[in-house]
Amino acid sequence: MQDIPTPSKKQPCHPLDDLIRTDRIPHIWCPGCGIGTVFSACLAALKGSGINLRKTVMVSGIGCSGRAAGYVKLDSFHTTHGRAIPFATGLKLANPELNIVVFSGDGDLFAIGGNHFIHAARRNMDMTVICVNNLNYGMTGGQVAATTPHLAKSTTTPIGNPETPFNLPLMAYACGATYVARWTMLHIRDLTDSITEAICKKGFSFIEALSPCPVNYGRRNKQKPLDMLRLYQEKAIIKNHADPSTLDIDFEKGIILGKFIDLDRPTFIEQYDKIYRPSRLQENVSELNS
Amino acid sequence: MEFWRVPFDADTIQVTLGIVHILEDRCKGCGYCIEYCPKQALEFSTNFNQKGYHPPVVVKPEECVNCHYCEIICPEFAIFSVEYPRITEPGQTETKHVI
Repeated sequence: MQDIPTPSKKQPCHPLDDLIRTDRIPHIWCPGCGIGTVFSACLAALKGSGINLRKTVMVSGIGCSGRAAGYVKLDSFHTTHGRAIPFATGLKLANPELNIVVFSGDGDLFAIGGNHFIHAARRNMDMTVICVNNLNYGMTGGQVAATTPHLAKSTTTPIGNPETPFNLPLMAYACGATYVARWTMLHIRDLTDSITEAICKKGFSFIEALSPCPVNYGRRNKQKPLDMLRLYQEKAIIKNHADPSTLDIDFEKGIILGKFIDLDRPTFIEQYDKIYRPSRLQENVSELNS
Repeated sequence: MEFWRVPFDADTIQVTLGIVHILEDRCKGCGYCIEYCPKQALEFSTNFNQKGYHPPVVVKPEECVNCHYCEIICPEFAIFSVEYPRITEPGQTETKHVI
């Protein structure tokens, strides 16, 4: 007897399903965590930018955000702690055709990997760095990080953080980044546009995306996930081309979002070729002219 | 649609209709889509999904304007909307939504 094929109720397909490894979804991120939103904005930007995705590589370090490399259906690398940027630098130098996106967290990029960030920005390596800033070390249990706001509570600062946090856009600008922007996970359309712009831009681009960490940061600071989003909505001041030195995160004063820096500077590879491989530069110029 | 001041061309503007698709088993019940839906078309379901969370449910399907905000704010890739297919009736210049 032959079975009559019954029309199966087809599971609808999410528009980004072609860029994620659906067998690994649902991902490990906690309910209410903003990393998923920033990740989906990043994928939408990759898709919308029109670059060749077969020549695009995503690199991430260690931490909650570092898991992103495992969920994207592109060539992706999950590297050692803090070493996402040097790894990406190596990739770019070995194969300058690649588009490099570094997707990692604040702890990975600015605490253990701070020095690598500084030098990649100084050299103007051609890559896009997306930093998901959740204001603490979420994966290890909510310890104080280099970006925890002054007086915020964490596991290791139970009555308030005595330190001054990093001002990430100022640091990126001071080190020589050619594109600097900051958005929150609530300003998704702006964030997506910014990531698209950064991917298409030559040179070192840095985007900071603020994101709630309800389980470790929010719980200790009496903030439910939706409270955090409301705070982003109320305290956000969108000010493009603001002075980077005014961009410190202080929720009392308001957080300034926008695109701050967008300038052109020769990249590392261009400068290297100019001095050490003048023949290759001529080849490139003749290719462009032909 | 409610306006506090009606635009002159309000009667000629076609508001897009959307259909919301929810992949229930991916949902972790954060409620961002429900909170930030501009038309309040979503609500928590009383049912549980495989993981024990309450996924959203569409309570006002006719209100969805296909703005995609639920789709882009969802951290779980669990909700998205598509445009309602339109038809043009013969002898009619303007397109009309089928419901």
